[in-house]
Amino acid sequence: MTRRVSPSSLTVLIAGGVFFFLPLAATLEFSLRAEHGHNFAAYGDLFSDPQFWSTLKLSLRLAGETAIAVLALLVPTAYWVHLRAPKLRPLVTFLCVLPFVVPPIVLVVGLLSVFRNVSWFLSTPQFLVPAYVILALPYVWFALDAGLRAIDVRTLAEAAESLGAGPFRTLFQVILPGLRSAILAAGLLTVAIVLGEFTMASLSLFNTFPVYVSYVGQTKATGASALTIVSIGLLWAAMLALTFASRGPRRKGAA
Amino acid sequence: MADIQLTSVTRTYGAFVALDEISLSLAAGELVSLLGPSGCGKTTALRILAGFDTPTAGTITIAGKDVTRLAPSRRGVGMVFQAYSLFPTMTAQRNVEFGLRVRGVKTPRRRKQAQELLELVGLGHAASRYPHQLSGGMQQRVALARALAIQPRVLLLDEPLSALDAKVRVQLRDEIRRLQTSLGITTLYVTHDQEEALSVSDRVAVMRDGRIEQIGPPAEIYGEPATPFVAEFIGTINRIESLIGNDGTVVAGDTTLALPAARNHTPGDRVIVLVRPETVSVGASVNGHGVRLDATVITSTFLGATTRVRLATPAGDITADIPSAGGGTPLPGATIPVGFDPASARILSLDRPTD
Ligand SMILES: Nc1ncnc2c1ncn2[C@@H]1O[C@H](COP(=O)(O)OP(=O)(O)O)[C@@H](O)[C@H]1O
Ligand SMILES: [Mg+2]
Repeated sequence: MTRRVSPSSLTVLIAGGVFFFLPLAATLEFSLRAEHGHNFAAYGDLFSDPQFWSTLKLSLRLAGETAIAVLALLVPTAYWVHLRAPKLRPLVTFLCVLPFVVPPIVLVVGLLSVFRNVSWFLSTPQFLVPAYVILALPYVWFALDAGLRAIDVRTLAEAAESLGAGPFRTLFQVILPGLRSAILAAGLLTVAIVLGEFTMASLSLFNTFPVYVSYVGQTKATGASALTIVSIGLLWAAMLALTFASRGPRRKGAA
Repeated sequence: MADIQLTSVTRTYGAFVALDEISLSLAAGELVSLLGPSGCGKTTALRILAGFDTPTAGTITIAGKDVTRLAPSRRGVGMVFQAYSLFPTMTAQRNVEFGLRVRGVKTPRRRKQAQELLELVGLGHAASRYPHQLSGGMQQRVALARALAIQPRVLLLDEPLSALDAKVRVQLRDEIRRLQTSLGITTLYVTHDQEEALSVSDRVAVMRDGRIEQIGPPAEIYGEPATPFVAEFIGTINRIESLIGNDGTVVAGDTTLALPAARNHTPGDRVIVLVRPETVSVGASVNGHGVRLDATVITSTFLGATTRVRLATPAGDITADIPSAGGGTPLPGATIPVGFDPASARILSLDRPTD
């Protein structure tokens, strides 16, 4: 059977494409503008700015730490909820979605008061990790929840247990391998969130990549466009990596 | 000696009684099936035996050892689930090896054992396939091989064939029985399919609402159902509501039937007379039968080897399964005699327990 693309869906597709690519193309064009014609000067300036590299490094490090923390927190929780307490699923979902409705300023002030007595922690950028973990909760929860719903967790866990496996072996050898793509998706979403979070970092005076982006945007016009293109490039690279990683040699069947 | 013993096992969920003082014992090497409608507690009983659920009261012993509070991983019980129990990221081979890996069996030995088991279930060629590359029937074979790999004391199967096509189902059930007999492994088999239960079991336990209604060899369950529920759950059966009359008779509707077995009951008692359709004959072949009624054909349905005829009689409607090969299928509206051997009829009292 061949699938025909109907004229109306084609229109939508083209409209969507224009909507998405036109600003991108314009940005790219602008980033290449020079006094006379076009060149890569803006990119050169960007890559030779030590601030670019230091803020990017800091943000990537925070992203990695956040991803590890949020996965360490939610993977066992999600597994446990699916296996032993399916009735608690709506409650956990509700708790994980809360960050959507709490304004960042409230979160920062709240965290500042929580960590008031651990001043050394307040002065390290890692102070942002708990905040980012909270921001990432909804995305990571939904990714893991969908992954767990796609497999019959209880039957698999019971099968493993009847064969003599303890809870850790069951989690690491049976359940987690099946959640690989869900975990990768959750991790990537976390990285994307951290690489894009401005408010909290700026409020708590840490010079992260988004803070740098904002600074460049206010001071150098073509430089800001170049930075935008670089950021989008980074994100696409990460998504491509994810796609390949989740395919891998052991492909799961069509879900 | 009983290999597995469940003694007065009760499981309640709040006020709901899922298992009501079940007692059951399996001899070594025996295959017993738990048969009953959905929701009667079969899975609950199996899960309690496997250790995934704990009884509210009662005890379970396996090979003389009380395992009531023992973790499932330490019971040495092989489980085959309804479906989707194979580890999706492992090949068939690695699925079968899993239990051996847990037990620390060295790689070459466990490879060999897994390969042998896969060959035993007819899947030697599919060892390197992933579960999603196997058909439903093949997946269940792998699941069986995986459960057998740990050389369990007990094999538990929970509706292992219910997700499969009719043809595969028959094939695999015969194979399960063959393997079970040749390995001599004590097995509890849960199913809601009476044909399946009758064909694979040494004994069948018919369950209803958390209780065992009757337990016995398949022929006994089929031929001598102890309760109306068992009679109707196992195959089709005619149920003639009657009162016990005098001198070995029952009164059904407007007529009296001579049934010697009626002497075992008190005159005036309400009973049902149970007659299997295949023991009922119609037309010329009625001659010689003790019970004979005049009947009008209501419907006649060709089923292949047999034809199912519904008849209106003075004792109520009766279904007969007659061989199609005989020719002369009765047509609706025809008036013909219908009869059955009194010895094939079973009388169950509605007023007091039988036997
Ligand atoms: N965890 C539970 N909580 C409440 N009721 C349950 C639970 N598990 C099973 N039941 C109830 O116990 C009864 C028996 O269930 P089950 O053993 O699964 O039946 P079967 O396998 O014979 O279809 C059902 O009515 C079911 O609703
Ligand atoms: Mg069940």
